[in-house]
Amino acid sequence: MIVCDFDVLKPEQGVAALRPDGSQVAVFLTADGTVHALDNIDPFSGAAVLSRGIVGDRGGVPVVVSPVYKQAFELATGKCLDEPSVSVAVHQVRVRDGVVELT
Amino acid sequence: MTQTLVVVGNGMVGHRLVEILRGSSWRIVVFGEESRPAYDRVALSSYVDSWTFADLELPALDGCELRLGEKAVSVDRARKVVVGSSGVEISYDALVLATGSVPFVPPVPGRDLPGCHVYRTVDDLDEIRATVEAADRPGRRSGMVLGGGLLGLEAANALRGMGVSPHVVELAPRLMPIQVDDGGAGLLKRLVEKLDLTVHTGTSASSIERDGSRLIAKLASGLELDLDVVVFSAGIRPRTDLDLGLELGPRGGYLVDAACRTSDPHVFAIGECAAVEGVTYGLVAPGYSMAEVVADQLSGGARVFPGADVSTKLKLLGVDVASFGDAHAQTEGALEVVVNNAVAGTYSKLVVSDDARILLGGVLVGDASSYLSLRPLVGKEVPAALLQPGGAVDVEMPADAQVCSCYAVTKQTITDAIQHGVACDVAELKACTKAGTGCGSCVPMLKKLLTECGVEQSKALCEHFTYSRAELFEIVQATQVTTFSALIEKHGTGRGCDICKPAVASILASLGNGHILGETQVSLQDTNDRFLANLQRNGTYSVVPRIPGGEITPEKLIVIGEVARDYGLYTKITGGQRIDLFGATVDQLPEIWRRLVDAGFESGHAYGKSLRTVKSCVGTTWCRYGVQDSVGLAIELELRYRGLRSPHKLKSAVSGCARECAEARSKDFGIIATENGWNLYVAGNGGFTPRHADLLVSDVDTAELIRIIDRFLMFYIRTADRLQRTAAWLEGLDGGLDHLREVVVEDKLGICAELETAMESHVSDYADEWRGVLEDPEKLARFTSFVNAPGVPDPTISFRAERGQRVPVSLGIPEVVR
Repeated sequence: MIVCDFDVLKPEQGVAALRPDGSQVAVFLTADGTVHALDNIDPFSGAAVLSRGIVGDRGGVPVVVSPVYKQAFELATGKCLDEPSVSVAVHQVRVRDGVVELT
Repeated sequence: MTQTLVVVGNGMVGHRLVEILRGSSWRIVVFGEESRPAYDRVALSSYVDSWTFADLELPALDGCELRLGEKAVSVDRARKVVVGSSGVEISYDALVLATGSVPFVPPVPGRDLPGCHVYRTVDDLDEIRATVEAADRPGRRSGMVLGGGLLGLEAANALRGMGVSPHVVELAPRLMPIQVDDGGAGLLKRLVEKLDLTVHTGTSASSIERDGSRLIAKLASGLELDLDVVVFSAGIRPRTDLDLGLELGPRGGYLVDAACRTSDPHVFAIGECAAVEGVTYGLVAPGYSMAEVVADQLSGGARVFPGADVSTKLKLLGVDVASFGDAHAQTEGALEVVVNNAVAGTYSKLVVSDDARILLGGVLVGDASSYLSLRPLVGKEVPAALLQPGGAVDVEMPADAQVCSCYAVTKQTITDAIQHGVACDVAELKACTKAGTGCGSCVPMLKKLLTECGVEQSKALCEHFTYSRAELFEIVQATQVTTFSALIEKHGTGRGCDICKPAVASILASLGNGHILGETQVSLQDTNDRFLANLQRNGTYSVVPRIPGGEITPEKLIVIGEVARDYGLYTKITGGQRIDLFGATVDQLPEIWRRLVDAGFESGHAYGKSLRTVKSCVGTTWCRYGVQDSVGLAIELELRYRGLRSPHKLKSAVSGCARECAEARSKDFGIIATENGWNLYVAGNGGFTPRHADLLVSDVDTAELIRIIDRFLMFYIRTADRLQRTAAWLEGLDGGLDHLREVVVEDKLGICAELETAMESHVSDYADEWRGVLEDPEKLARFTSFVNAPGVPDPTISFRAERGQRVPVSLGIPEVVR
């Protein structure tokens, strides 16, 4: 599924994409050029807002921080660093011919 | 069987006794003549700042029977019964007299005339105020305070706070004759005379007469004073009008032994009404110490009164004065080391033994910062360095030295609490040792002991920057860095996080770097700033248009109503006198704002760490009681400071008279109108830890007011920690309110011009953030829910109806293990 042109992504920011089944994916571009995709729903609030979190790092690990209650989620694994028992699903994402796709 | 303790008197000392004994096996009954609960009489003059009794009130005590407004009229010691003014009879097993003192009024002819007052209780101050307000005189009012001691200067300060120019008349040849020597008093006089006081020493009032609405006082020196009010504060006398047939001390007071017990073993006396082994004390600390002695006796202990340290350190009219030990060098052969710097306005005298080895006492005026190190050294060997000109006074304090004299807390007790991990900041030290909770003068010493014990609170902003926010502010300003990436590359590590990114974005915005959603800033912003709206629990946002001062035309009100109706927004009036529209999705925000901007609205910055609103009452335009145009000023201030990014949100309010309908004293900066101009209060707070704002300047005109607010806000923005409101900032500021006043009013650091320039550029560069978004297609494009489906609403958001409006359906939150 096509998300958007790669140019639309901005470093250290996220966007949200709607999937045909109505679910949502948050897609992030980090400063080193890597693209990550996680479930957009923040498990702590239930709101579909992870794509609007601040992207950065904790101890060198790239994370997004939920804008609701500020828990950090590891971009590569979806693991919540503040509550190790919680995680969000990771989605496969690639960039092909300048287009970002979910696989 | 439960025994009954009756306490006669509900002042600070009686309150202290009950505080210690509550929870014990004693049933406690308190007779309080005043109808008010116990209050902090030491801080009486501060009542004038706010006229709010609650500011002075001591913590309420549960578990005792408080008979307020009931005077104990007689005691039958044979039956062990106290009779109250209502006729009630209470039997006691132990009786504690804590009746305090009465003001001494010298027998001046005319002393009973209307307009003559004493200075002792909150009611006295209310009466003085009524006299002052009724005075019919153009310009400043004039008053006389009889007595130039500690209490007299306090009273003079209270009069100044009411807009009265005080004459202070003291019989002795100098001010504060008990505590201060001639040299110190000379400087003190010079310093207080700069503050609109006129000091007459070595004379007394020989008569007071009424002349129409005025009072004319004739002084023994031949001078005549034309006055509106007279205040007697020429000392106090132990209050012993409750006659128990007990022996009194040589200078009055119920005579008690070192255990504070009278000749009747069931009757004790404490505080100012007690003559402990014949000696009376007029300070609160010895009174507290007596309360502790009696509490211990009543609990089966054998503690006795240890004698009192009558050292004092206080700030009178902004002038530091301290006196300790043998201040007047009365010890045989005592030597004095005096440094009198008339240029700097400081005076210090150390009194040492004849061989210059032992410190005996001292007097400090103008700068008493060394008091805390010196007082504990009294009776101990004096470091030689102290006796050199300009000698360092930063000397090691012995472990048994008393740090807090109000609660008799030693250095040892404090360092133990720190080293055993019981306390690691000032607040915790206060809670577990009580040190610093009395007069508060030892708080700087508590900070110092924390540092000495190695407790160091890291000031690092986060893992990416070792600097504090204030330091980063200076770096950004000095290096003129304009991007986060350049800053972190040079002065930090890693890529940044949700702590440092918004903090740096705020610093960049405070220094004026264009629109906060500019290319390099947008990724730093928290979601509220990023969408210029407030995120709510279901992922929607709320919208708050600016309504300066809470004033709005019907036409604009209708536009808000129409927008809310058309987008189905839940509508609520906020506490800041504006209207909050809830439930907008990211896609709807630009459409909503286009309509609002077209109707003349602009961003209300409800989402930002920036100025929120300036609330106002209706002021002189409509209100029968208003004395200034509060709405006009509120609008002017809100428009001046709108959009100003700061370490945390800023709230303000303007009240048009002392009735304070706008609740200005709960704000970061609050303004209350006076007949002569405006009073500015700063660092108030509601929220978790409510704090009444402190009076910074009074009776200033609008131009001066704005100049000082400009400086105050810019100084706060430069020096506060991240997410530190002005209240916490001021609490942590070294030197507190006085230091703040020195910086932003007296310009001691010489930075005021710079602070004002910074504010001027904020004002001239201001542009509405929402208009900036609507005019820029690139910024507008970010307001979509889905990058692959613009215009499709977020399917997780749904609403239900409640009381006729739409509210969010609670989301099916997955089970999260907490």
